[in-house]
Amino acid sequence: MPLPRLIPCLDVAAGRVVKGVRFEGLRDAGDPVELGAAYSDAGADELAFLDVKATLDGRSALLELVERVAERLAIPFTVGGGVRSAADGASLLRAGADKISVNTAALARPTLISELANLLGSQAVVVAIDAAAGEARARAGTEPTGRSAVDWAVEAEERGAGEILLTSMAADGTRAGYDLELTASVAAAVSVPVIASGGAGGARHVAAALGVAQAALLASILHERPDRLTSLRQELHGLGVPLRDAA
Amino acid sequence: MKVAICDYGAGNVRSVLSAFARLDADVCVADTPAAIATADLAVLPGVGSAASAMAVLRERGLDEALRARIDGDGPTLGICLGLQLALDRSDEDGGVEGVGLLPGRAVLLREGRVPRIGWARVEPGGEAYYFAHSYAAETPAASATSEGIVAEARFGSFVGVQFHPEKSGAAGARFLKRCLSPV
Repeated sequence: MPLPRLIPCLDVAAGRVVKGVRFEGLRDAGDPVELGAAYSDAGADELAFLDVKATLDGRSALLELVERVAERLAIPFTVGGGVRSAADGASLLRAGADKISVNTAALARPTLISELANLLGSQAVVVAIDAAAGEARARAGTEPTGRSAVDWAVEAEERGAGEILLTSMAADGTRAGYDLELTASVAAAVSVPVIASGGAGGARHVAAALGVAQAALLASILHERPDRLTSLRQELHGLGVPLRDAA
Repeated sequence: MKVAICDYGAGNVRSVLSAFARLDADVCVADTPAAIATADLAVLPGVGSAASAMAVLRERGLDEALRARIDGDGPTLGICLGLQLALDRSDEDGGVEGVGLLPGRAVLLREGRVPRIGWARVEPGGEAYYFAHSYAAETPAASATSEGIVAEARFGSFVGVQFHPEKSGAAGARFLKRCLSPV
């Protein structure tokens, strides 16, 4: 198995970082490329850029952002938000993204997953699942779907998803630890890699998540502070998690 | 040193282009046999499916241009699907005939989670590079492995890698730099 991965997640809108204000030592605090580069320097294994508004107006700004990230950074990155067709995914990949992530649009029209996988390859297709009480939720977790998160993950894999990004809505933002039970259930049900998300408060939580999943998405734990990633990697190293040597 | 990246519609041309540009190489995107023929280093990148990639390579006459390069000992680098396409055959898409720059075939990964995604160490050397693949080369030309999987193959003037050096941070940049200055 490849080494466990740490994936900082940046929320963007109209090509700018929208969450967090504690940027230090960056030339342009709101520039996702600057923040992404700082995370890359701090040893991030991948990055995820999530377009939280995904408006039509924001599309060109997002594509321009993807181009600038690809120009500057030498680590893989996923882009999510507003992908509704295989053509949307292809334009993001052409701009330089390595993977695209889909959530609500795939719940509404599951064949979107196979269309993306056929055109881009499964390795480029991440299906994001927001789960609450074991149920997959749509529209950033606000809408019930009546489908179990585990069943939806299995179907997504069958349709060609190359990775499952699983966010526990209950744990998200609590910093009380990942939902290990749900993450383990999904990881046991699928044979593609699983990225755990939601609830990381400290290195022990991340280490536990990496015990059941192949990667951990890091959002609020980092607070947009690259130096926190550096210390987190050191703490994980101390806990025996075999991270890559990024030098 | 002139580097030509074969453009056959694969997604990651821009990333490979940027990686060489960061090393100050004179790099361009090439979609004609002439551009492939005149480059000091030709790069066959790769993301996507084997069948559609081969169809475009043939349509543009790039497969023939690549074979002619190897016959003339022209340095050529295949990346990920680019390595798999360079083999005789791939099992992907129900079986696809490859460009035939080196002997061997691409076979579906059967162990671990597939696609195999993430950073993994490559031996000899022990450096970790980024992989994202469902198929892997089986070839007598293997020169490095990662967890028992062919990570690099060398055959004549062809070098192919299963990992993505353009996405492998500092280690990847060091690898590409070596490709620019062959000893």
